[in-house]
Amino acid sequence: MSITELAAGFADPVLASQSVFRTIMDAMARPGSIQRIAAASGTPSPLMRGSAALALALFDHDTPIWLDKTMAEAGEVARWLKFHTGAPLTSDPSAASFALIGAADALPSLDSFALGTAEYPDRSTTLIIQVAGLGAGEAFRLQGPGIKGETQFQASLQTADLFDRLAVNATLFPRGIDVVLVDDDRIVAIPRTTRLVEGD
Amino acid sequence: MIEASYNFAYLDEQTKRMIRRAILKAIAIPGYQVPFASREMPMPYGWGTGGVQVTASILGPDDTLKVIDQGSDDTTNAISIRKFFAKTAGVATTTSTPAASVIQTRHRIPETTLHEGQVLVYQVPIPEPLRFLEPRETETRRMHALAEYGLMHVKLYEDIAKFGHIATSYAYPVKVAGRYVMDPSPTPKFDNPKMNDCAALQLFGAGREKRIYAIPPYTQVVSLDFEDHPFTRYRQNAPCALCGAEDSYLDEIVTDDRGGRMFVCSDTDYCEGRRAQGHTGTESAPMEAADA
Repeated sequence: MSITELAAGFADPVLASQSVFRTIMDAMARPGSIQRIAAASGTPSPLMRGSAALALALFDHDTPIWLDKTMAEAGEVARWLKFHTGAPLTSDPSAASFALIGAADALPSLDSFALGTAEYPDRSTTLIIQVAGLGAGEAFRLQGPGIKGETQFQASLQTADLFDRLAVNATLFPRGIDVVLVDDDRIVAIPRTTRLVEGD
Repeated sequence: MIEASYNFAYLDEQTKRMIRRAILKAIAIPGYQVPFASREMPMPYGWGTGGVQVTASILGPDDTLKVIDQGSDDTTNAISIRKFFAKTAGVATTTSTPAASVIQTRHRIPETTLHEGQVLVYQVPIPEPLRFLEPRETETRRMHALAEYGLMHVKLYEDIAKFGHIATSYAYPVKVAGRYVMDPSPTPKFDNPKMNDCAALQLFGAGREKRIYAIPPYTQVVSLDFEDHPFTRYRQNAPCALCGAEDSYLDEIVTDDRGGRMFVCSDTDYCEGRRAQGHTGTESAPMEAADA
């Protein structure tokens, strides 16, 4: 396999990384809001545009990456990440800074990932989960820092019980898991402070 | 024009990525101080190296940057940092609070209410609110882990015992989203209520101490107090001598060596805006008053 066969990175890495970062920063600061990634790059299958852009903007030699079976299978994602970001891959999800999840229906148990420690809650894994759809599907009502009152967002998640599983964030806080949902070039962040609003 | 010899916004890409990841964690854990690998900047510690690194990592070509130092757009530090980013990132700069997308600040929050989409970047000297009570980092870190903030209440209580009121007037400790006690940087406590439920994202950078922390928009920020000694804002009991504002934080300016003084708005943009609208104070220049 030669380099020319690899999918491309950003055409302008400096400005593209900045624009992708601002998009994810806005998403993190406004949980549940759908943000669009503007920068374009190659997308080795099965990476979506959004997850590829996040990888190029945030991954490097300091961030071990865990790939789920779907992402790891073809080997194309691993080769692309290695060439463009230099990030080491790890088979231990609890050692990963980021985890790329291609098959949301087979999301491993959240406690297999790093949840941070009481002293250093930032030492946790950020999950980047590719989902079937954002902006349509089941409706979720969210509240927490970054949300004025409460907000509603719609998504079709293959992980039907994702929010039930994320309830562990309430128990563990300030430890916990931050999640970024990706559908093509759309992203939604669910940081560990975001809670599902129960009842009507 | 962008200087060919610098990367966009001065910092190298690996540094920006590291700071950006720290910012994302900081937003996800409001009020928690995320350690980061602070870099040497072309300015001394204490001149805003933490704020500059945060600003450099978030700034894009479409941003409009405002920099204030104690509320003023016109001090050496504010002008230097504005010029630094105009030179290294080619961004537009402004002194107008509503027109700015990124505002870097030293020790003030603008009087004009911030709006959604704005980012306020604070320069922080000592990020650890417990540092003067407990010098050991290992201990303060554990205290944060256990949410053990009794010592801070003892400090505020000792204020009351000694002075009859909570005498802490700046860097007044706050509790963010009901969990972490946080140092708002040495802003006057007058500004504390502006942090609560603020529409803008607030980021804090401490360069020498290598910490980044954040308050997401619409987040509860409570100034610590007691039921019988509730938090109160403090403001000099005078209108601004230039614009007559009764609601702004005031600087005391000594005007001669015989005790003469005047009080003027610390926020220069707010004061100029009011004067442009025709508001006047006791010391307004006659010309200015006539123009209005």
